[in-house]
Amino acid sequence: MFGSRPPRVLLAKPGLDGHDRAIYVLAQALRDAGMEVLYAGLFTPPEEIVEIAIAEDVDVIGLSLLNGQHMTSFPKVIRILRERGRDDIAVVGGGTIPPRDRRALEEMGITGNFGPGTPLDEIVEHIRARALEARRRKISSI
Amino acid sequence: MPGIVAGYWGRKLGELEGGEEGKGRRGEPPDYVRWREEILEPWERATGVRSRGARTPSGVELREVYVPGDAGDPGMPGEYPYVRGVYPNMYRGRPWTMRMFSGYGTPEQTNRRLRYLVSHGETGLSLAFDMPTLYGYDPDHELAEGVVGVDGVSVSTLRDMEVIFRGIDVSRVSTSMTINAPAQVLLAMYVALADSRGVPRAALSGTTQTDMLKEFIAQKEFVYPPEVHMRLIRDMMEFCTREMPKWNWISVSGYHIREAGATALQEAAFTLADGFQYVEMGIEAGMDVDEFAPRISFFFDSGINLLEEVAKFRAARRVWATAMREKYGARDERSLRLRFHAQTSGYTLTWQQPLVNIVRTALEALAAVLGGTQSLHTNAYDEAYAVPTAAAAKLALRTQQVIMDETGVADAVDPLGGSYYVEWLTDRMEEGIYRYLDEIERIGGVLEGIRKGYFQREIARSAYERELRLRRGEEVMVGVNRYREPEGRGSIRFLRVDPSRTREAQVRRLEEVRRNRDGRRVREALSRYRDALERDENVMPHLIEAVKAHATLQEIMDVGRELYGRWREPEILRIL
Repeated sequence: MFGSRPPRVLLAKPGLDGHDRAIYVLAQALRDAGMEVLYAGLFTPPEEIVEIAIAEDVDVIGLSLLNGQHMTSFPKVIRILRERGRDDIAVVGGGTIPPRDRRALEEMGITGNFGPGTPLDEIVEHIRARALEARRRKISSI
Repeated sequence: MPGIVAGYWGRKLGELEGGEEGKGRRGEPPDYVRWREEILEPWERATGVRSRGARTPSGVELREVYVPGDAGDPGMPGEYPYVRGVYPNMYRGRPWTMRMFSGYGTPEQTNRRLRYLVSHGETGLSLAFDMPTLYGYDPDHELAEGVVGVDGVSVSTLRDMEVIFRGIDVSRVSTSMTINAPAQVLLAMYVALADSRGVPRAALSGTTQTDMLKEFIAQKEFVYPPEVHMRLIRDMMEFCTREMPKWNWISVSGYHIREAGATALQEAAFTLADGFQYVEMGIEAGMDVDEFAPRISFFFDSGINLLEEVAKFRAARRVWATAMREKYGARDERSLRLRFHAQTSGYTLTWQQPLVNIVRTALEALAAVLGGTQSLHTNAYDEAYAVPTAAAAKLALRTQQVIMDETGVADAVDPLGGSYYVEWLTDRMEEGIYRYLDEIERIGGVLEGIRKGYFQREIARSAYERELRLRRGEEVMVGVNRYREPEGRGSIRFLRVDPSRTREAQVRRLEEVRRNRDGRRVREALSRYRDALERDENVMPHLIEAVKAHATLQEIMDVGRELYGRWREPEILRIL
């Protein structure tokens, strides 16, 4: 399905938020599920996240914030990706994201937006599906 | 250096493992062996076994039952090594402080919330600051967009502090401030506030969290490299020891270590390691341990595995008292007593079926009380969503009042003392703590462990292992991996802070302060602060002058950022 290269995912926390438990748990789960995982670290500005994503040729950017800043930081990532013409990189989100914000983010193209208590398998499968979709888009644009 | 000996932890561990008498019990007592062979095994052969080889969440292997031969003598309350409590009569003498962590939005909103809680019986204040404040940025900084006032109150100048404490007598109330990287600045603001009201500094009681080691280990709200923060903490320690004898200049915190994923055992071990690191800092600064150690306080998580939590608190007290006396040569009883604040676990609260969180919090609060806490915060049931509503916060406070006034658990000191199981588990926790302390010493100490990513890695591994146990159903979270209900059922109302409105209000006040202050006085104060930093002179008097001149939090924190740069943590992922 993914040819010779497994799905490649960049995880990042684009805000003033040191709560990184979830992102490390997810990183380990994605790795155990056979994906390639990169982590951009804490406080990485959206511009830099997109930079890394393009340079590292990832399929999916996974964003996580538990500080309430998701409605500011997540959309910025999408906007910069669009400006760079890279709709072949999927963006998924997670953290403390109330249902109302979840819908708004979804409309912008940020899917998942998983809250606490989401089963790990559900997140891993979602990221795999979005990676596959991104890979197809990449191939069709060549 | 007086009293600091290498290899102490390994030796302690050897004593516990090798000792026949005292706390050296590890094997199976004859009573138990007989009972298992004659009674239990035939029974199980006939009726089946539900579970085998159970472990606590920290990984301590458990038997079915504990017998008199398992329980060591814990001593008496208020007596070395304080396993049964730091005071002889505990809650019969004085209830624990009911201290609800609060703060959101503007200083005005927070002032209203504080007064609301005090009017409903809260007995101590506890301030929560927003993310920009915690990272030392003013509300008009670019990084602050979307998060001003969301997770706590926004503070950037003395003016904000004055509004928060409007109508509150700081000479009578004890105030806890959950502030770390900029702790020295917030302490300066509190002192400046007291000075302006004519309250003597010596009358101020309360706590600044100040614990940067746990920030590097777990919460990641750091600004400068570790050595710089340690030096600022040393200045706070010296200043408070001299001028603020009732101020806990540090609250060595396990809470964030635990919430980041550590087990109860790791929480206790890493926190105590940090505590001893601060003690060594004080001794290295040339002070006598008994001069500063009495004002070191602790902050622990109270999780859902009730008896393991109780054992953790009891074991932590024993390890602290023992090492303070034997390793660091403390003689003053106040240096030996581990006093702590506890908060119920946020991580155990679930988004699903939020009212169940009330039950979890009650049981976790009970664990803290049975474990002998001095002060307690109970989480509100809506905190998996946002900062609590006033009603939810009040209910959380009522939970403590029910435990204090209705359940009777506060009537006798350490009511679980002598329980075969609790004493045995306390011994196991103690042994596990020594094992970690020994390992930390072997890798070169706490700071070296931080630089190598040792703690971060250990915690991330434990967090993932717990998720895997949840996935396999070996651990249960009601409503999450068992007894699930369709999403949306039982949904609740929760508090929404409008970050852009809060930001607007805060920026307006900030601009007003900037307009009305004496610019030259600010520049001079900041430059004197900078000189003190570079000359390694105590910075506290200069910080107090700077905040009195209405220098902003970010202006002050930027001085250090310019001199020392920002800290970037080691890449944990590559070594996970």
